[in-house]
Amino acid sequence: MTAESTIHRELRARIAELTTSFPPRSTEPREFQGARFDAGLAWVHFPLGLGGLGLSRSLQGYVEELLEEAGAPDNPARRIGIGLGMAGPTILAFGTEEQKQRFLRPLWTGEEVWCQLFSEPGAGSDLAAVGTRAVRAGDHWVVNGQKVWTSSAHEADWAILLARTDPDVPKHAGMTYFLVDMTDPGVEVRALRQITGEAEFNEVFLTDVRIPDTHRAGQVGEGWKVANATLTNERVAIGGDDSVRESGMIGRIASTWRERPEVRSTALHDELMTSWVESEVFRLTGIRVRQKLAVGAPGPESAGLKLVFARLAQTISGLEVEVNGEDGLRYSDWTMTRPDVVDFTGRDAGYRYLRAKGNSIEGGTSEILRNIVAERVLGLPTEPRVDKDIAWKDVPR
Amino acid sequence: MRESNLLYTDVEDALREALRDLLTARCPAGAATALYDGDRSIVPLLWKSLAAELGLAALLVPESAGGAGATAREAAVVQEELGRFAAPAPFLTSALVATTVLNFSDADDLLSELASGERTAALVVPLSASVASFTPVVTATPRGTVTGQVTSVAGAVEADLLLVPVRVDEGIEVHAVDAAAVDATPVVSLDMGRQLADLTFDEAPTRVVLGAEAGGPAVLAGLQIGAALLASEQVGIAQWCLDTTVDYLQQRRQFGRIVGGFQALKHRLADLYTDVEGARAAARYAAACAAENDPDLAVAASIAQAFCSQVAVKAAEECVQLHGGIGMTWEYPAHLYLKRAKADQIAFGTPSVHRTVLSELVRLPI
Repeated sequence: MTAESTIHRELRARIAELTTSFPPRSTEPREFQGARFDAGLAWVHFPLGLGGLGLSRSLQGYVEELLEEAGAPDNPARRIGIGLGMAGPTILAFGTEEQKQRFLRPLWTGEEVWCQLFSEPGAGSDLAAVGTRAVRAGDHWVVNGQKVWTSSAHEADWAILLARTDPDVPKHAGMTYFLVDMTDPGVEVRALRQITGEAEFNEVFLTDVRIPDTHRAGQVGEGWKVANATLTNERVAIGGDDSVRESGMIGRIASTWRERPEVRSTALHDELMTSWVESEVFRLTGIRVRQKLAVGAPGPESAGLKLVFARLAQTISGLEVEVNGEDGLRYSDWTMTRPDVVDFTGRDAGYRYLRAKGNSIEGGTSEILRNIVAERVLGLPTEPRVDKDIAWKDVPR
Repeated sequence: MRESNLLYTDVEDALREALRDLLTARCPAGAATALYDGDRSIVPLLWKSLAAELGLAALLVPESAGGAGATAREAAVVQEELGRFAAPAPFLTSALVATTVLNFSDADDLLSELASGERTAALVVPLSASVASFTPVVTATPRGTVTGQVTSVAGAVEADLLLVPVRVDEGIEVHAVDAAAVDATPVVSLDMGRQLADLTFDEAPTRVVLGAEAGGPAVLAGLQIGAALLASEQVGIAQWCLDTTVDYLQQRRQFGRIVGGFQALKHRLADLYTDVEGARAAARYAAACAAENDPDLAVAASIAQAFCSQVAVKAAEECVQLHGGIGMTWEYPAHLYLKRAKADQIAFGTPSVHRTVLSELVRLPI
């Protein structure tokens, strides 16, 4: 028996113990998640006592598999997405011991929802230009500013915040990273309605919000480094299950085409087949990138994938509205709603067409991604950075 | 559903390296330009090295017939490298297409001659023929000979053995014909690296290698492997064009700047990179399906042709444009890739032919 299988055996025993003490089907889901955290089975690569066992990250898949077999409840993805994907790893890497003890467990169980206060009206692609000010006042900080594109802010208990603490140094050097209590009276959340009619995101206004210095993550002035750790952990959702043909946007228009012969024409057919081929090539490219990652050769390839994803989603959804003819003139519902889950391929063609416009903006605009591919994959010269060496406050804006 | 490996294996990488060394020495950039001025001396020398020295002619021949018993995956890697060098060698036409057809027969004597490189074969169809559009025009006579004319045949100039699809009442037979018995007129071709010929069969004596039942499927399999593996050649062409253009734009200065730093050019190259990566995934999938006899091969081959054809042409066109004036010159090799890419777009069926084929295979009818 190899050492590896010993670890697998121990994990299996640990999971059996958990599911015996807390039968997954009869235990209240949040209680089960808490017990799972305490058993070190939340994220096995985290340290003991913080939801993990200090094991290799590669064993997580094995744990998930066994727990799924045992009928364990899934985490409520929406409630914990940002906490799990971004706040958790960042707190683990840069937080104080008190912060880790205080925040990681409720973040894991979904008891506390997190949101991310990074982007601002004046800091989009140029995130390091953030202007939300945090000013030191004794043992706490006073924060004023405006954040935008904040998903879950209306439900969040806590936020990760990137704020400017020193405007007199160049932009990357003057930021600090904080954990913010979203119930502070100075926090105002407003729904940000989109072109689809719904509001997935929020604007967040911060007025004299008081943050104790104990809720700072990392050193003063180290905010950019900490934020980069957060962004590295951001999982870029590249849409759809790549194991199945016609799983994404193309599947919707293909169904329409098959079910409604009256929409067919020769010219639309060639456009449809061109998009069908590109969708399938995108799927195969995704499989290739995944296979590469599995053998440990990660790279900036996912930027290229996202570029293609956005272009295809926009092309196909636009074609679908056109193919729908008279039906394309109708829209499901303009009523302002706050969707629980965002499904790019959900609702009607008109919704998909409008929502897809965001695909080339969110998570890095296609223009920025082309720069990334050109510079980091192809090695072409980087863009001129005229604000690199001057104080943040002196940069024209 | 089992997932094909779309990466390169160590064996495939080793094969690529050996081939690249040989091509760097025997087919340096621009060497094929001489073909356009009437000097074809590079072709037999290069083919001898590839077929006999590296044993590439034997790849798809079964071991029982003296071959290497390799698969379409290795053949695809060879195709990529030949594309990268715009190499003028009849590997695709003889070692892949004709060999695949002959693999359906009992003619082990011919197969072993192909494997050793003693003989070179060509399937007598127009290079533009596809799985969707092939009907033989050569007919058999009662005297055991064949008659007819076939235009734009690739690989015939280099071949001494011609495999001729012959129309008979019961289907398609395949006849082996000695090239010496045929009137072959070389054609001034867009891509002189894969020069075409018009062939006239006038009572040429033949040997029937595939009867009416097996002949049709064999010819279609040949056209299918041609389409599937042409895609890898197109990936090689596109990769060379991308790499070379990036290198050039790193050197070239205008307005006091490295030209490759201008965002208008960076973005075009980033888009081209994503196209080439897509083409590689499509070509690898087609090769894997061919290697594994996957029932998805027909779909995979048409996806690969519909996509990779366009990417190779786009890459070559971008290469010419982004090199500026130098890209238009006879001296710089960019034109060899443009001519190869444009001819390849038509070979084994245009992208629109393959989109039509696909629409039937995946039930998206007009």
